[in-house]
Amino acid sequence: MFLRMSAAIAAVGLLGSAALAQGAKPTDPQIAHIAYTAGVIDIAAAKQAISKASNKDVKAFAEDMVRDHEAVNKQALDLVKKLKVTPEDNDTIKAMSTQATEKLAELAKLKGAEYDKAYVANEVAYHKAVNGALETQLIPSASNAELKSLLQTGLKIFQGHQQHAEHVAAGLK
Amino acid sequence: MTPRRIFLLVAAVMAGISVPAEAATIQITMENLVFSPAEASAKVGDTIEWINKDIFAHTATARNGDWDVTMPPQKTVTLVLKKAGSIDYYCRFHPNMKATLTVAP
Repeated sequence: MFLRMSAAIAAVGLLGSAALAQGAKPTDPQIAHIAYTAGVIDIAAAKQAISKASNKDVKAFAEDMVRDHEAVNKQALDLVKKLKVTPEDNDTIKAMSTQATEKLAELAKLKGAEYDKAYVANEVAYHKAVNGALETQLIPSASNAELKSLLQTGLKIFQGHQQHAEHVAAGLK
Repeated sequence: MTPRRIFLLVAAVMAGISVPAEAATIQITMENLVFSPAEASAKVGDTIEWINKDIFAHTATARNGDWDVTMPPQKTVTLVLKKAGSIDYYCRFHPNMKATLTVAP
């Protein structure tokens, strides 16, 4: 369980390391796609939680995640259109998507309080990892000012989600 | 009731109405996940106009439980202050959003 969770987190860690390994900064289209994918992954996890969670705070948290991440992603899509860039697929995104699918399948097997705890713990870890990637890699690499500003808003909102998730996690103990 | 008494009564009511007219409306804005101003002052009876400029829903939740206001994205919600105190509040959805409102009696 812990190994699997760290694998999922490592995938998000790739946001930074994969780009570094290539010795090049991610391009704006890549950054936009990575940020968008990170949102899609969290929305999928939240939708699963809305149907599976038993604790009302966990369910409410999941609803907040869908609402906020859909709002951010709508802005991201609008920006991508405005900038006339085509989001680029790459190995980081493929790794993120694969790990996320595995994580969803793993969570799907859990029930009740066990599920609630696992979902919230993963949300804390996931937002932490995404925030780290935003701060150290994506924001500094973004060259378009509007993209940078959207990522900065994203960082603030995800930091809020991390604190919210930590609060919900504390309430489950 | 004599006309004079009615006059006095009307005068008293008018005076009564003029008290709320003195109450102020204070605007607190949420933009880019920040409450602004972060420190605001008001009096009991004043109205707070919570202006949410973000695309996200926010709350202004008093830590002492006095009030809990929810603002949908890009909407303004008002709250009339009924109790005095120095109130720390935050957004339940984004607990990194924090501010203080001092309400004088």
